[in-house]
Amino acid sequence: MNTPPKAIADTSTFLDDRLGAGRFLKRNLRKVFPDHWSFLLGEIALYSFIILLLTGTFLTLWFKPSMGEVTYSGSYQPLVGVRMSEAYASALNISFDVRGGLLIRQIHHWAALLFVAGMTVHMLRVFFTGAYRKPRELNWLIGVGLLTLALLEGLTGYSLPDDLLSGAGLRITEGVMMAIPIVGTYITFFLFGGEYPGHDVISRFFTIHILLIPGILLALISAHMILMWVQKHTQMPGTGRAETNVVGAPFYPAFMAKAGAFFLFTFAVIALLGTFAQINPIWLFGPYTPADISAGSQPDFYMGFLEGALRLMPSWEINFWGHTVALSVLIPALVPMGIIMTGLALYPFAEQWITGDRREHHIADRPRNNPHRTAIGISGIAFYGILWLLGANDEISANFKVSLYSTTIFGRFAIFIGPAIAYLIAYRICIGLQRKDAEVLSHGVESGVIKRMPNGEYIEVHTPAAQDIADHMRGKELIPVIESGVDGEGIPPKSARTALGRLRAKMSEAYGTDRVPFDGDGHAHDAGHHEEEHAAVGSGGDHKQLH
Amino acid sequence: MTDNHIDQPESRVPARVIGTPSSNGPILSGDNRREAGAAFLADEDVHEVKGVPGVVYQDPASARRAERLVALLFTITFLAGAAFIAAYVAFQVGTIDKTAVSNYALGGTLSVALLSLASGITLWVRRIMPKYYLVQERHPMASDSATREYVKETFLEGANESGFVKHKLLRRTLLLAAAPLGLAPLVLLKDLGPLPGTSLRHTVWGAPTKDGKPRRLVVEGTGQPIRAADFNSPGGILSVVPEGYEEDLNALAKATLILLKFRPEEIKSGTNLNWTHDGIVAYSKICTHVGCPAALYEQTTHHILCPCHQSTFDAADGAKVIFGPAARPLPQLPIGIDGEGYLVAKSDFNVPVGPSFWERGDAEAEAREKKA
Repeated sequence: MNTPPKAIADTSTFLDDRLGAGRFLKRNLRKVFPDHWSFLLGEIALYSFIILLLTGTFLTLWFKPSMGEVTYSGSYQPLVGVRMSEAYASALNISFDVRGGLLIRQIHHWAALLFVAGMTVHMLRVFFTGAYRKPRELNWLIGVGLLTLALLEGLTGYSLPDDLLSGAGLRITEGVMMAIPIVGTYITFFLFGGEYPGHDVISRFFTIHILLIPGILLALISAHMILMWVQKHTQMPGTGRAETNVVGAPFYPAFMAKAGAFFLFTFAVIALLGTFAQINPIWLFGPYTPADISAGSQPDFYMGFLEGALRLMPSWEINFWGHTVALSVLIPALVPMGIIMTGLALYPFAEQWITGDRREHHIADRPRNNPHRTAIGISGIAFYGILWLLGANDEISANFKVSLYSTTIFGRFAIFIGPAIAYLIAYRICIGLQRKDAEVLSHGVESGVIKRMPNGEYIEVHTPAAQDIADHMRGKELIPVIESGVDGEGIPPKSARTALGRLRAKMSEAYGTDRVPFDGDGHAHDAGHHEEEHAAVGSGGDHKQLH
Repeated sequence: MTDNHIDQPESRVPARVIGTPSSNGPILSGDNRREAGAAFLADEDVHEVKGVPGVVYQDPASARRAERLVALLFTITFLAGAAFIAAYVAFQVGTIDKTAVSNYALGGTLSVALLSLASGITLWVRRIMPKYYLVQERHPMASDSATREYVKETFLEGANESGFVKHKLLRRTLLLAAAPLGLAPLVLLKDLGPLPGTSLRHTVWGAPTKDGKPRRLVVEGTGQPIRAADFNSPGGILSVVPEGYEEDLNALAKATLILLKFRPEEIKSGTNLNWTHDGIVAYSKICTHVGCPAALYEQTTHHILCPCHQSTFDAADGAKVIFGPAARPLPQLPIGIDGEGYLVAKSDFNVPVGPSFWERGDAEAEAREKKA
């Protein structure tokens, strides 16, 4: 064994002498982190954020957040002599007069897209596996806050270059703000420093984009990490895993190195995108003017669902006593976002109320094992997805040669029918997958060996599932149902006597009842599966592991 | 239901003493599994359990092979990093082509450097570091009941000692004191902008020029005034801005027009004929939905389409809404010609242009009443 260099051997002593870090390190150096591919999704968002901070700082060194008019005299010939805002001119300079400027700008934009995308899929993972359950509700709420802030951060950043495309986004933002009842015009005038577009909004958005929101994001992300650290990560069910333990690799050195490598992979992918996939070529759009727009203007993907909602909405507007409520703007701008964010924030508490489950949970659910939750989630994805798709209905119409108006009318129906269909399909799939699990546990897996019985019947020998897979399946946890039945004297419990109580009891029963229970041997009590008795579990020697 | 305690197994002590050999044999074949020493697992919560392999060391020969591969990848990172610096020096930016070359060179080398570093570390973790299957105990989040009780009592005691509970006047005046201070930051924001007033109801079309003449319509981009006699082919369309405000974005955000030329028989009743001149009609270009410029025009159907949310207006019929989320027609501007035959605005729009807002009300109905 080589003696380690002094720098490695003495580090911990150095820190302990000065900070008394020994006790902390003793507890935390070997902190165990469980492993599952889906646990990497949140890391994508985290690393994208770090890349955003680095590249964003670089961009601020040249960007001038000013709406003052200048005549462009930089390297990009087609725009020389054109009057434009200083912001747009400096964004052009970053692209054409600073070496690496275009690369960093494109990396920044791609990282922003990946940041929101990473957060979204991470949140879906947490939702579908029930990882938001007690004791992690607070971290879930922080997550909802982070996602909302990230959308705002994206919106303000998108507006900064002050090109024709970003201006179109800003104009829509202004139109939506104006529609807010009572205070809309005031808020708009305060934000823009008077009438749209004014001379202030870029510098104000700049401060919000580079200081205010990133500061809050940084604080919330730190809190998110600390809570994750303190509460320890959830784990998927499996061999040796219980609610009272964590199975995995220690933070130091394995998890640390893996996380570092994953950061570099994320950075590499974003760098590849920033190099080879052109994004937001602002020089093609020209400077902003409220008088012009290009066809096919599209926001960044995370704003697509709001854009789709605005496009779907019929032209409703209410006028009364000299006032106007523009429902055709307010409903699409506020309702989908409200449903999604409020729904996400309240879900852990609603689920607790319905199931009466106040226990701590550290083993994640497999999505199939909580079919109603999964169906609700899929239904939400369908709702979001339809809006998102309709946000690009002009592209769909142009590329698939369907009438533009038919896509809109289709969307007006699909937004209600689609989520319902998605709910039913997802629910059925979950139940089907549970049956499959029950079958594997009770009958084993097909071994590929055909046997002829003494009576001439041919059967395929089944072998028991491999231990780790069986343990994974047996990790299914029953969802509690609140007590609602009548007692011996025909009296329902106190909580179930009101209308709300009865509703709660009904919902609890629907939500929690196990449709495919396993018994001790993993036998499904499901009717209609017992005629398969002949597919008996084979004897040893024919063992084949299902992997 | 208030019991937030997890059912703990009877014994939370490890199945064996840390640092002693595990009773169950190594699961992986071969002798590449070394014991985890006491120093390794100093935390009494971290241990190995039955059915979980624990710490499995890599085969030294295989690790040495992996080391060479990792070293190769790290060397590639070094070379790519050096190439990045060289590319920065070698490739200048400026034109589209030069910038593209610089971008590909810098981005390509950066990507290769990051990718091979990431791959190297991954190989290192997977092929050189041991495989870990450690188990760490998890404790309920809640503290033990004695601690909880103590904290609760201390909190109450402190509250009582401070007198915050007993001295009502203290409590109320403190809240009173905080209220205006809490509002102060909001008050400070007032000077972010002027109050709207009636500014949303006017555009620069209503203001006469310096010499008191009606304001001319000029072509966006060129600034050329438009002689009615020259704008004579039916189906023609122009994007128009007010003379003197060609570069004023605040003015353009409300005053930009689309100018259309119709055959007289094409114009329907929704269009105010008094506000047209010889089949020339001017509508606000600012969409009444959320304010995008409604810039697309289909000659054969006379449809104006806003590219943002596809509100569609019938230009021949007073720009009434045919489809989409916009609730109101594009306002029509009264136009005529001046002494030299150029198109001018006869007055401002009679309703506010652009998106709806709270104070707007049914301005169209008011305008009709006023006329009647």
